[in-house]
Amino acid sequence: MALEGYAGCLLRVDPGTKTARKDPLDPGLAKDFLGGRGFVAKLLYDEVPPGTDPLGPENKVIIATGPLSGLFLPACGKVAFGAKSPLTGGYGDSNMGGHFGPEVKYAGYDAIVIEGASPKPCYIFIDDDRVEVRDAARLWGKGSFETEAALKAELGEDFQVASIGPAGENGCLYACISHDWGRQAGRTGVGTVLGAKKVKALAVRGSKTIRVADPQGAFAKGKEMFRACFAKPGFKEWMTQGTAGVTDWVNEMGAFPTRDFSTGYFEGHKKINGQALLDKIWVTHKGCFCCPIPCGKYSRGVLDGKEFYVEGPEYESIALLGGNLMLDDITEVAYANHVCDDLGIDTISGGAVVGFALECFERGIIGAREVGREVRFGDLESVVYLLEHIARREGIGEALSLGVKRCAERWGRGAERFAPHVKGMEFSGYESRWAPAMMLAYMTADIGAHHNRAWAITFDAAVGRDKLEGKAAKVIELQHIRPLFDALGLCRLPWVEIAFELQHYADIFPLITGIPYTWDDLLGVSERVFNLTRAFNFRHVPGFGRGFDYPAPRFYEDPVPSGPAQGKVIGRDKLDFLLDDYYKLRGWDEDGRPAAKTLKRLGLDAVVADIGAK
Amino acid sequence: MKLKFKEGLCSGCRVCEAACAMAVFGEENPKKAALRVRGHFPAPGTYDVAVCDQCGECAEACPVEAIKKVDGHYEVNAEECTGCLLCVEACPRGVMFTHRDREAPFKCTLCGTCIEFCPRGALVDEEAMERGA
Repeated sequence: MALEGYAGCLLRVDPGTKTARKDPLDPGLAKDFLGGRGFVAKLLYDEVPPGTDPLGPENKVIIATGPLSGLFLPACGKVAFGAKSPLTGGYGDSNMGGHFGPEVKYAGYDAIVIEGASPKPCYIFIDDDRVEVRDAARLWGKGSFETEAALKAELGEDFQVASIGPAGENGCLYACISHDWGRQAGRTGVGTVLGAKKVKALAVRGSKTIRVADPQGAFAKGKEMFRACFAKPGFKEWMTQGTAGVTDWVNEMGAFPTRDFSTGYFEGHKKINGQALLDKIWVTHKGCFCCPIPCGKYSRGVLDGKEFYVEGPEYESIALLGGNLMLDDITEVAYANHVCDDLGIDTISGGAVVGFALECFERGIIGAREVGREVRFGDLESVVYLLEHIARREGIGEALSLGVKRCAERWGRGAERFAPHVKGMEFSGYESRWAPAMMLAYMTADIGAHHNRAWAITFDAAVGRDKLEGKAAKVIELQHIRPLFDALGLCRLPWVEIAFELQHYADIFPLITGIPYTWDDLLGVSERVFNLTRAFNFRHVPGFGRGFDYPAPRFYEDPVPSGPAQGKVIGRDKLDFLLDDYYKLRGWDEDGRPAAKTLKRLGLDAVVADIGAK
Repeated sequence: MKLKFKEGLCSGCRVCEAACAMAVFGEENPKKAALRVRGHFPAPGTYDVAVCDQCGECAEACPVEAIKKVDGHYEVNAEECTGCLLCVEACPRGVMFTHRDREAPFKCTLCGTCIEFCPRGALVDEEAMERGA
């Protein structure tokens, strides 16, 4: 089978031995797992054995583009980064926009597998066929911005750079990978794994043409897709504020993470919403590759006479660094965002961890002696102090760098009751005590409490927020559609935000790849990947099962104390109803283990024995 | 047609580059585009797009007269080109491009595809605007 639409090559780099190997892309891998997140899942499952230390040389960082990455069609700039997660011990991936993924493909690679570990700081240089592991001693310790600037100055502006900051170097378990002055692969600690390999950055330039099955047909369809986007009613206005535009709505829903997820409404939200961003700090819209609706906002702020730049803040950063930390000034939120980006800390986990620390401090679980000073909500200095300590893993930052779950285990004294996480990864921006589908989405996302597998809160709003029936089915439907974008190398926002029709992707896929898949075939791949990552967790996380699918007790025992969701909580019995329904529809047993029949239906026969499926 | 970049609108998405390479060469490869998006980051955080204004300095510089004006735009005749690249040096906007796949440099043919697919209206046909079209 000719692999059209793909670069046709998988690059393996071992920074320890400074060697690179180019393997032809296995057509079976392409057909069964598509690319992006699908490649990450399959390669990690096959190549990283159970028991692997996430920070040891046996773990691998997989960087994978998709068959639709980097082509003339809307919003195809996404790339997946994955590794066994040091934060959760389970499957980890995170996708990133910008221009890095397309460049990897133009250089001739569908995926880059980084294996082994370097004894000394290094960076991976890729210029088409030329691949080198180069010394990065001078970059070690530098922030992401300085690193990107230094590499571009040295190599050329046309190199695309992805780098880690001090947090990733020092082993903070939720370190991100940064690119293009503010795009991140933020979640699951993929930056930490890169740091453990002493890989400071990748710099990539590519000049090759991506062959497609039907160039004329693909060009015509690509044009039609752009024109269809331009004609959508939401095309112009949605883009104006980007994701920051949902801040008011989430507050109206009573679902805005506020004061360490203790409640769902932030009084100061109008001061940190999309309009505040536009009015006070906005510089330019900033688009990822081929995106017609650039959600990225690039901003400039001035605090204490000092100017700083940041991409964003995006909604998630506004939620986690704004409401969750009680910062009610968009410039301050932007500054906290800038600090996270430069230090290489995921703004979501970082904001959640700092919020958790502030609540623990308020409750006396930790004191000024451990923290090194008084800290409080709504105080930017406290926030920056904690972030800097986290990135350096100094003082209180050592514990905080491990994430809220491990902090709570270490500190005890009831902290486990309110630590905001599932599977060890902190919640993203939706307080879901009155959003059962969203809560279930968090509970069952393979990487932990992240919204990108199923942003189901809109479904709760549409069909009734107390209703439980039908929620599991919708979450599963979304968990197949949304991650499919991650496998194809696409951004889902045109579909989510301006109702761009999914059929377009089904139409262009065969024109690009020559593979005669329908939309349902593509969704079948997505289901295969979701079951494979579930199996990964069973193999890698000791004792994994149903117990890992619940949030902390606060989130099913304590009614929301204020705001539009006041008095609401979905009790444990209801969470059990949702989980039972979900497992049954998925073809998983009561412990959430995929059944043998399900795995075989999905062509995952070899997995049956691996996880003792019945 | 007169291709012009309008300040302050570009988001750096590079649809123009992808579209151009498809229109001119039928290839999925922005490195074969005859225009370039350039970001200025981290400060001041702006984009511009280098486009050809058909000034003709490339044709002036060409020692073998391989670049000629056709239908309002300058065109490189790849057969006649000797690959000396004097035109690349002469171009004041940096929009005479080379690619290792091609012996001759290449440039904008004023096809207008970039204008049609720029999502932000950052690329315009100045003549059409003057006509009120």
